[in-house]
Amino acid sequence: MGFIWFWLVAVMIVAYVVLDGFDLGVGILHLFLPRTEAERRASLHSIGPVWDGNEVWLLAGGGTLYFAFPLLYASAFSGFYLPLMIVLWLLVLRGVTLELRNHIDVGVWLSLLDGVFGLASAFLAIFYGAALGNVLRGVPLQPDGYFFLPLWTNWRPGAHPGILDWYTVIGGLVALVALTLHGALWLTIKVSGDLEKRASRLINPLLLLVILLTIVSLIATIAVRPASLNNFYAYPITFIVPIGVLASLTGIWLFNRSGQPMKAFLCSSLYLFFMLAGACWGVYPTLLPATTGAERDITLSRALSGPHTLAVGLAWWLFGMTLAVCYVVFVYSRFKGKVDVDAVH
Amino acid sequence: MTAELIHRLHFAFTVTFHYLFPQLTMGLALLIVVLKTVALRTGSEEWNQAARFWAKIFGINFVFGVVTGIPLEFEFGTNWSRFSQVSGGVIGQPLAMEGVFSFFLESAFLGLFLYGEKRISKRMHWFSAVMIWLGSWISGFFIIVTDAWMQHPVAYSQMPNGQFEVLSFWQLLLNPWGLLQYLHNMTGALITGSFVMAAVGAFYLLDGKHAAYGRIFTRVGVITGCISTILIIFPTGDLHGKYVARHQPAAIAAMEGLFHSEAGAGIVLIGQPNEETGQIDNPLVVNNVLSFLIYGTTKAEVTGLDRFPRDQWPTALPLLYYAYHIMAGLGTYFVALMIVAAFLLWRGRLYSSRWMLWLLLISFPLPYIANTAGWMTAELGRQPWLIYGLMRTTEGYSHTVSAGNGLFTLIGFMGLYTLLGLLFTVLVYREISHGPQPKAHGVETAIAG
Repeated sequence: MGFIWFWLVAVMIVAYVVLDGFDLGVGILHLFLPRTEAERRASLHSIGPVWDGNEVWLLAGGGTLYFAFPLLYASAFSGFYLPLMIVLWLLVLRGVTLELRNHIDVGVWLSLLDGVFGLASAFLAIFYGAALGNVLRGVPLQPDGYFFLPLWTNWRPGAHPGILDWYTVIGGLVALVALTLHGALWLTIKVSGDLEKRASRLINPLLLLVILLTIVSLIATIAVRPASLNNFYAYPITFIVPIGVLASLTGIWLFNRSGQPMKAFLCSSLYLFFMLAGACWGVYPTLLPATTGAERDITLSRALSGPHTLAVGLAWWLFGMTLAVCYVVFVYSRFKGKVDVDAVH
Repeated sequence: MTAELIHRLHFAFTVTFHYLFPQLTMGLALLIVVLKTVALRTGSEEWNQAARFWAKIFGINFVFGVVTGIPLEFEFGTNWSRFSQVSGGVIGQPLAMEGVFSFFLESAFLGLFLYGEKRISKRMHWFSAVMIWLGSWISGFFIIVTDAWMQHPVAYSQMPNGQFEVLSFWQLLLNPWGLLQYLHNMTGALITGSFVMAAVGAFYLLDGKHAAYGRIFTRVGVITGCISTILIIFPTGDLHGKYVARHQPAAIAAMEGLFHSEAGAGIVLIGQPNEETGQIDNPLVVNNVLSFLIYGTTKAEVTGLDRFPRDQWPTALPLLYYAYHIMAGLGTYFVALMIVAAFLLWRGRLYSSRWMLWLLLISFPLPYIANTAGWMTAELGRQPWLIYGLMRTTEGYSHTVSAGNGLFTLIGFMGLYTLLGLLFTVLVYREISHGPQPKAHGVETAIAG
């Protein structure tokens, strides 16, 4: 049961990162890529009908984490108190600025909204990457399973680190660049004209950066947490995950070169999937490692809810998620194809 | 200021601000279905345009509801970690269900409804409106289920490690407390929607602009307003009150300001509860009414606060008392106003009765106050318990998050939400002053160029 719920929650988080990832990426690119008002509208219209639904994966995933692993939810959310609150503020600003843009037609205010929207998107990407870094590095858990992390201490991933140290900052950069690339690929599918050309010219440089940062982050992870390779050695078949990372990066390059943006975008989604799956597998069956001694780790069995709760949960979850996937497929099929710039209002 | 107080204020402030939006979302969603249905059945472009106008306001309102709602799900963990650890197995479920069953549905059809009118058939557009209504009301249901479990825990067992787990999916969802609260709450949301729609209609009629739309809005608003203001008192409010009296007797005693148990208890209309002397100052009381309302007979004895040890009295007693009285007082005014307005509508005099239009216009903030006061009544009445009878509020907050860190983010939210409130007002003001007429195309091409 624990194994199932671990992967169900993981799948929801991956879905969130892949889906909200591209609209965060479009948000980051919004800072500099579109040059005219029409282009800015086209870029925003490419995510307009779907960003809200993408964000639902965060809520649904958070809720599932809450009832399946209450101790993890309680400990991590209170321990990461300050960065989570900042994430909430960024999500608020991002949602509001995107919506306001449909109702305001004064150029000065539009520039302000675009700026806030883009910066909020960029900081969110960085925070998400840093969050993953924190989970991989571990936190100073107390015997009762709780902790509280300051935003930074001495920028080193020791026994008493902060949210930000050199390692988690690398995680933040990986996320920033990878999601920017993800967004650029989305734009090449959804927009046309000059904007599409500029987006597609960005892809190779971004891809190169992603590859470099991926290698750096991999080495850094092994340095900070040597045990993260144990599962891979124990089950060598799982080396398919790093191979998948390599293959999907190659796929992005190949499909982009041959002008198949949809396939390139799917490869980028696979890249995010393999990176996250690798991270999950690297810590499994620990959910939140302790820097204060492995006996304080929050493990799967320690955090798992009672059997009744999980049985009740599984029944409605499978039914509900099937429905949800239908809605998602339905919406994306309704809005497939290029954004019609003339119809944008 | 203690950490406990800060964490309580943190949740109270963010949830109170948040609920200003969903109550209109849920009320308006149903009213938009009404407009779309009339438009579809009569083929009237005017009603369709009326629906489009409200869809714009709905869209703004919806986004503010979404962005202020996300923090709440996080706050269970960030500010109330010990509560979450103990109760997550139960109340995490309806919270997750809200996302899975409602938000996906809502977001899918909202995109279609707001962005896709040109891409889909009229019938499909109507269907999207129905699905948005359904989604928003399902969402409300799961939140009420969550709250109802804290008010009246059912279908649970406690594991050796202290955590609760849920035993039955259906019993959790069909908690009688939740069903009564749901009916009462959704009627309250419909009142907000009706008052807002009627007020905008009254504004157009008084202003002499968009009069045709003004008539549609006041008509729909007054009819649904009349129905919902009656339903909020009877049967939903009546049943809910009786249920509270049976299961949370200390709460009802505090709400009514009944310090001493009494046969043939009177109802306090106005007066200030004095916890030190244990009486109501400057009371205005109608004899026997409270006994009648709760037990259906004027002689019945109603339990007063004197029967409960002091540590089981609701902690913010005067606030609870005032919240309840404000809710009940406003509810009475709503019925009177809407019945008179409906009468004028029936006699064909509503659109020319300027005094009534004025009343409808200036009354629109009151349902927001009444809904807020109603929720304060429910949540303050639950005190000193976090989970009624099982966990005290002082045992539930995040002990690792200091008062200083909590206050830091509370102030942050206050600042951010002040900004949001201003923006919302400006946006809705713009839409209302622009009116329901279709936009002229010249403006848009000028911007695009």
